[in-house]
Amino acid sequence: MRVFGRLSQEQIVFGLAVLLTIGFALTLPGFLTANNLLNLVRSVSILGILGVAMGLVVIGRGIDLSLVALMAISVAWALQLAAGGYPLWLALALGLGFSLAVGMINGWLIAYVEIPAIFATLAMGAAIYGFGRYFMFSLDVLYMSDNARPLEALGQGSLFGVPAPIYLFAAVCLVTYLFLRYTAQGRYLRAVGDNLQTARITGAPVRPIIVLQYMISSLIGFVAGLVTAASVASMNTRVANSTMVYDVILVVVLGGIGLSGGRGGVRNVVVGTLLIGVLLNGMTIMDIQYTVQNVIKGVILLAAIVIDTLLNPRDEQTAQQGDI
Amino acid sequence: MRPIRHAILGAALAAFAGAAAAQGIDDPTRGAYYDAFKGKTVAYVPVAMGFDLTEGWAMGLREALEPLGVTFEVRDPNWNTNAGAQAITSLISEKPDVIVVHNPDVQSYARLLKKAEEAGIYVVQVNMRSSYSTDVFVGADYVGMGRQIGERLVEVCSPKNGGSGKIAITQGVLTAAASVYQMKGINDVLAEHPEIQLVSNQAADWDATKAKNIAATVIQQNPDLCAITGFWDVMDVGTAAAIKESGKNVYLLTQGGGNQSACDGLENGTYSEVVVYNVPGQARDMANAIKQLFQLKPEPGSMKTTLFTQLEFLTKDNMKPGSCWSLPGQ
Repeated sequence: MRVFGRLSQEQIVFGLAVLLTIGFALTLPGFLTANNLLNLVRSVSILGILGVAMGLVVIGRGIDLSLVALMAISVAWALQLAAGGYPLWLALALGLGFSLAVGMINGWLIAYVEIPAIFATLAMGAAIYGFGRYFMFSLDVLYMSDNARPLEALGQGSLFGVPAPIYLFAAVCLVTYLFLRYTAQGRYLRAVGDNLQTARITGAPVRPIIVLQYMISSLIGFVAGLVTAASVASMNTRVANSTMVYDVILVVVLGGIGLSGGRGGVRNVVVGTLLIGVLLNGMTIMDIQYTVQNVIKGVILLAAIVIDTLLNPRDEQTAQQGDI
Repeated sequence: MRPIRHAILGAALAAFAGAAAAQGIDDPTRGAYYDAFKGKTVAYVPVAMGFDLTEGWAMGLREALEPLGVTFEVRDPNWNTNAGAQAITSLISEKPDVIVVHNPDVQSYARLLKKAEEAGIYVVQVNMRSSYSTDVFVGADYVGMGRQIGERLVEVCSPKNGGSGKIAITQGVLTAAASVYQMKGINDVLAEHPEIQLVSNQAADWDATKAKNIAATVIQQNPDLCAITGFWDVMDVGTAAAIKESGKNVYLLTQGGGNQSACDGLENGTYSEVVVYNVPGQARDMANAIKQLFQLKPEPGSMKTTLFTQLEFLTKDNMKPGSCWSLPGQ
C-alpha cells in the first residue's frame, strides 16, 4: 500500500479511466479511433461544463442543487421569447439576466440569511421549475424557433473536425482555471471554502464572495443550457426533475473535489468527466441494457471511492467537519 | 257515405300532421341524452401535463364534454408515479363518475384501477395500458404497431432492397407499455428476417440529449447503419441531430401523436417517417365511449371495450396540409 500511498483520488480516477480505455481499446473494435474519442468527449461536455460550475461552488464549501433546474428554465424561457418574436440577442440577454438574478438570490439566502446551501438551493430548484412551468411557458419541451437557428452552431457545429461543445467545455475550463488561479476573487473563494472564519479575520469580503460564486455557477449553467438546447434543437425542461444534478455532483466528487471545500480545481472535474465519458461510451458500444448500465456505473463509482478511502484515510479535519 | 267520411278524416289528419311539421317534432331521445350528463364529473390523470399528447387529449375531452355540462378535472402528477397513485386514491374517495388514466407503466396503477371500478367509477385508459383491463381502453395497438414498424424497417433496410440490414432502436422507458408491447411486435418480425441485424437497442428516458448521445455512438460504430427507429418524436429530435452531424444517410422512423411539430420535422428533413396515432381522434374516441357509458349505465367493470386507434405512416410525400394538429397558441 505504501507505494500507492501518495496517490490522490484524482490520480486514482484518472488511472481507472486509463485502464478502462486500454481495456475497451483492446476488446472493442472502433473504440480507439479519433472520431469515437471526439464523440466520447462531446457526449459528456455538457456534463463537464455543469461539473465546472458545481466544482467551483463546492470549492467554496457550498453546493448548488438548483443548477440543472435553473439551466433548463432560463434557457427554455429564452427560446420561448425568441419564438414569440423577440430578437435573439434580447431573448438571450433576458434569459441570462433571469439566471443571474436567481443565482444572486441563492447567494444572498446563503451568505446573508445564512440558510445552509443544500436547503436553499434545493428549495430554489423546485421553486424555479414550478415558476417557469406555470408563468413562463406551458409545454415541457420547447423547440428552437427559426430565428434562434444561429445558436445551433454552438451545439452542432464543428471547427477543424472538433465539435463545438468540446471547444466550449475547454473554454469554460480555461476561464475558470484562470479565475481560480490568478484573480483575487478566485483566491478568496478558495480561502472562504477552506475556512470561513479565518478568511473573514484576514479581511476577505466573505459574503460578497459567496454571492459571486452562485452567480458564476448560474452563468456557467446558462452556457451549458445553451449547448444542450443547441445540440438537440430543443430544451427539455423535464431534466430539472431528473437525477442529472446528482450526476454532476458525482463528476465533481469522483474527480476528487472534497465536499468539505477548499480543495481541488478544474483538473479534477475534467478527470471525473472523462471517466464517466469512457464508461458510457464503452457500454453503449457494447449495447448493454440501460438498467444494467446504471448498475455498472454505480459499482465502478463505489470502487473508486472505496479505493480512495483505503489509500487516503480521513484526517482529523475532515473527521471534525464532516463531508458536507 | 263511407268514402266521404274517410276523406274528411284523411284531410283532418293531413292538416294536423302539417301543423306538427310546421312547429317541428321534438327528438324523443334529446331529453334523455342531455339528462344523462347533468352533474357528471370526469377526472383526468395523465403521466404529466405539458406535452403534446396529454394536452391534446385534455383539450379534446374538454371540448366534447364541457358543453354538455360535464365537469372536467385534471390531476397532474408531473411524471411522479407516487403522486399519480395518490391522485387516483383520493379520487376513489371523491367518487367522480369517470377516471381517465394514462399509465406510466403496466404495473403501478393496476390495483388502484380495480378498486376504482369496485367503488362504482368508470375507468378509461388512454394510450398506455395497465396490466389490468378496465371499462375502456383507447390507444394504439402497440404490438401491431411494432409489427408494422418492423416490416417497414425490413422493407427499407433489407439487403435485397439495397440496404445494409443494420438497424438500431431507441426506446423510451423500458417498462412503459408503449415500449414493452412494441418490442414484442418488432421482435416477432425480426425473428422472421435473419438478414436484418439489430445492432443497438437502448432506452433514452424520453430525453433528446440521451437519445442523441446513443445515436452518435451507434452511428460511429456502424457507419453503414441503415435505419434508427425511435419511440417518440419529441425525443427523436436528438437522434435526428446525431444523424445530421454524422453526415450519414440514416433512415429515421419515429412515432407520436401527430402534432404539428412532427409535420414540420418531416418537412425540414428531421424525420424520414412518422407513425402517427391521431390525438384528437383518440380524444373523440374517449369522449364517445364516456357518452355511451353515461347513457347505457352499465355496472362499472362489467364491459371491457378496446378501441385501437388507426395508425398513419406519414412521410414528406404523403403528408397533406391537414395531416397534423396543433395546440392553441402553437
